[in-house]
Parts: sequence; structure tokens; C-alpha cells
Amino acid sequence: MAEDVLRLDGVARHFGGLRAVDGVSLTVAPGERRALIGPNGAGKTTLFNLVAGTLPVTGGTIRLFGTNVTGFPPHRRAALGLARTFQITNLFLGLTVLENCLLAVQALTPVRFSMLRPVGGYPALQARARAILAAVGLTGVDGAIVANLSHGEQRQLEIALALAGAPRLLLLDEPTAGLSPAESRLMAELLAGLDPAITVLMIEHDMDIALALASRVTVLHQGRVIADGSRDEIRNDPQVREIYLGV
Amino acid sequence: MIRRRALLGLGVVALLALAGPLFSPYPLTLVTQALVVAILAMSLDVLLGYTGLPSLGHAAYWGVGAYAVALLATDHGVGLAGCAGVGVLLAAATAAVFGLVAIRAAGTYFLMITLALGMVVWGLAFRWVSLTKGDNGVSGVPRPELLASPLPFYYFALAAAALVWITLGLLVASPFGLTLRGIRESESRMRSLGYNVWLHKYLAFVISGAFAGAGGVLWAYYNGFVSPTDVQLVTSVEALLMVALGGPGTLAGPVVGAGVIVFLKNFVSLYTKRWLLILGAVYIGVILFAPRGVVGALRGRARE
Repeated sequence: MAEDVLRLDGVARHFGGLRAVDGVSLTVAPGERRALIGPNGAGKTTLFNLVAGTLPVTGGTIRLFGTNVTGFPPHRRAALGLARTFQITNLFLGLTVLENCLLAVQALTPVRFSMLRPVGGYPALQARARAILAAVGLTGVDGAIVANLSHGEQRQLEIALALAGAPRLLLLDEPTAGLSPAESRLMAELLAGLDPAITVLMIEHDMDIALALASRVTVLHQGRVIADGSRDEIRNDPQVREIYLGV
Repeated sequence: MIRRRALLGLGVVALLALAGPLFSPYPLTLVTQALVVAILAMSLDVLLGYTGLPSLGHAAYWGVGAYAVALLATDHGVGLAGCAGVGVLLAAATAAVFGLVAIRAAGTYFLMITLALGMVVWGLAFRWVSLTKGDNGVSGVPRPELLASPLPFYYFALAAAALVWITLGLLVASPFGLTLRGIRESESRMRSLGYNVWLHKYLAFVISGAFAGAGGVLWAYYNGFVSPTDVQLVTSVEALLMVALGGPGTLAGPVVGAGVIVFLKNFVSLYTKRWLLILGAVYIGVILFAPRGVVGALRGRARE
């Protein structure tokens, strides 16, 4: 059996007396599409920050691809093949679209320390950056300053940056946040077209999109996992219906 | 765009080279001074404008370079190459030590820590009398024979400033330079992409310190006299103002800023002792009317 991509054992994060994440254990298998849902304040984004290393855990262990990364800083987790997007768009706003993507492409290569040639002197990286931008549907805006892009385009660039490092595990934090219904549909198509080899863990508020993309769903409530199962199991789980779907 | 700027820059260097013999003595020393100080301002801009780290202690590395030259050239008769090598290396080493302390902080805290570290160097220059001659400073720093008269030294300073401009221009346009701008824009995104942000900042800090040291080396030869005044807070503040005034995040900006400040300082001090007051007024004006500096404002207008 293939090794778990992600394995959490009793992961906890307390802010003073507040138990934002309270002993979460879950495993994600290779190639899985997992949705993480739960009402506001359930601890979803905090859990993402713990997995990505942005926040240290206050308890439990995190394993990525079989390696215990609990004490690793974010960049070492990224080097193992973890990439993430942010719920609130987190881009290099003063740089161009191409420069944003180049930063993501060169991040895990030794070129990031190269000082003697201009960025344009690395045609292979440029080509890869353009290919990634094309793959997320951002063409013809290479030279545009990111701050001037529409919100929808910025969300596409979020995905591009996460994909540029050829990750094995992708954390998507509400990829459709703030998008119009039409833009959300485009985003859903983009996500459905991702390389099946990439394992995806996704926070998504839009239940239609979450349930359409994910084969398994984990439900978080007040920092704890209250249900974990296939789409249909989750849809029919009475506890989930009560607290989340409001039925 | 970059090619056009490079051509423009080379044009300015060529013009300055041609104009050399036309300057009368006093303007010639002022232009020379501006060129030397421009090196300090450019080095600072690598941190302030490109990496987003407001260092308020850059006079420290400049001063270490200058004192190294002054002490070696006067007491030990070391030549230009030796002095320059030791000066730059010592400045880089100082930055390497200070960086360990300073890079842990961000924003205003970074400013405060670099200020404090700068004061440490000032304190040493002032109090370690047996080495630095204290408040008296080190006078009579001999120039190499070839550079003894003002015009050759002007060309030397011009060549040095041009070399620093080209080298730092390459640096900021390189993939490493791009990482610095990425850090300026979003550290958290850089981390999640897989960058060891601390390391990139640290390298930028040491490189910037080394170039500031190179400026200090030139300053010692230019001025012939090095004293605690060169290491004091006002020198760091002036460098910061040159960058802010000219345009942070551009290399032309600090050069323009250095020129403006040097000329203002020498011109205004003919009439009043309240130079710092005028400087403050100029700074407030820039913040109000051209927050991206003179060069930043010009480029913004050109883009529109």
C-alpha cells in the first residue's frame, strides 16, 4: 500500500483558552481529492496553517509523505512537495504576473541564489512560468502589475503559484472565495482538470463545488473532526446535516 | 525597458566623464563627493527599496570601511588595493555579525535594531581612542600618487560608482534580486513557496554592507580625514533620505538623491547652520508630493 501523503495524529492548536484545533487526526491517501468543510470558526484555516507550518502546533504530530515535519519551518515542508493557496489572496502585488510566476518556478531550484545573470537569461524557467500561466488560463497579461488585475485573475494566479513548484500535495484554501458564480464555475473546471497525481486537500464553502470535486469529505466543527467519509455518507450524516447544512 | 534604462545610465556616465575637465575646482569636489556618497545610497537601497528592510545604521559599514583605510594607510602605509580589500571585507564581516541580530526583526523593530547597532560602531569610533584616536579622528589619509589631484580622483570615483551601479543593477535584475523583491511584497507567500526568507535577507544584508564599505573606502581617500562624524546617526539618516528622495527600488533614484542632498547641504550651509531643518522640510515635501521619490514619480508619469 502506498504511503499516506498526509497523516495528522492528535494535532492541536490552542490560542490561550481557545481550542481552535482540538486533537485532529486524519490521513489523506495519494491522489485523493479531499474536501475539508465546516461552519465558520471550525478551525479549517488554522488546520491549514498547521499543516503548512505557518503556525506551530501545540500538540500532536504531522507527517508529510512519511516524514515527521511537526517542527519543520514552512519552506522545508514546501521543499518536500507541499504547496498552498491562501484564502485572502497573497500575491506579490507590486510585481508583474510573469515575475510572480517566476518566483514560484525558481523557488525549489538552485537558480534562486543566482546573482550574475538577469532573470531573462533563464529561458527554461521563463518557458515553464508561461506554461503554468497558460494552464490556469492567464494569458496576455504577463507584463501586467498584479495589483491591477481583477479579483478573478488574482485567484487564478494564486493557483498558478501553487502549481508552479510541481507539488505532490496541494492545499487549497477557498479557491472560489469572492468569485462571481461564473468565475466560480471556471475555477471549478480548472480544479477538476488538475493532474490526478496531485493530492488535493481543499477548504470550500460552496458545497456544490466541494462535493463535485472531492471524493471524500472531512467535517470539522469546533476544532474537532465530527465526520469523515464519502460524499454520500456526509450528505446523509444526521449530525452534519444538523450543524452544517442547517437542516 | 531595462535596456533603455541601462543606455540612459551609460549616457549619463559618459557625459560626466566628458564634463570632468570643464568643472571648476569647487563643483568638481562636490560632484566627486556626490558620486562617493551615491555608492552608500545605492547599497542601502538594496535593503530599503528592494528587500523592504529600512536600515537606519548603514553609516556603520561605511564607517568601518573608511576607518580601515584611514588606519591602514596612515599608520601602516598600506596601498590602495590592500586598503580597499580589507575595508570591504571588514565591512562585510561587520554586516555578517550585525545581520545575525538584525534580520530576526521586521519593520520598525528592524529600524530600531539597526540604529542601535550603528550606535555601537559610533561608540567604538568615539571611545576606543587607542585605535581610532577618538573624537580627533584620523587625519592625513594619503591618496595613492596617481589619484592625488582632484581630476584623476574624480574619474576614479566615477568609475567606482559606475561599477557599483552595474554590479547592483545585475544583482537586482537577477533571480536572487527577484527573490528580494518577492520578500518585500509578501514574506509569508515566499515562505510557503519554499524560500528560506531569513537566508535571502541575510545575504542581502551582508552584500549591502560590503558595498557600503566600498563607499566608505572611497570616502576616506576623498576626504583625507575620518572621524566619528562619518559613523554617526545623521550620516545614516542622510543616506536613508537620499534613497527616499530619489526613489527607493530604483538604482538611479539613490544616485539622484545623493546628488541633491550633497548639493543642498553644501549650498544651504553657506547661508545657514540649520541644514538639518532644511533637510527635514525637503523630506516632508517629498513624502507629500512624490512618495515614490523623484525617479519613481518620473517613471510613473512615463508609464501613464
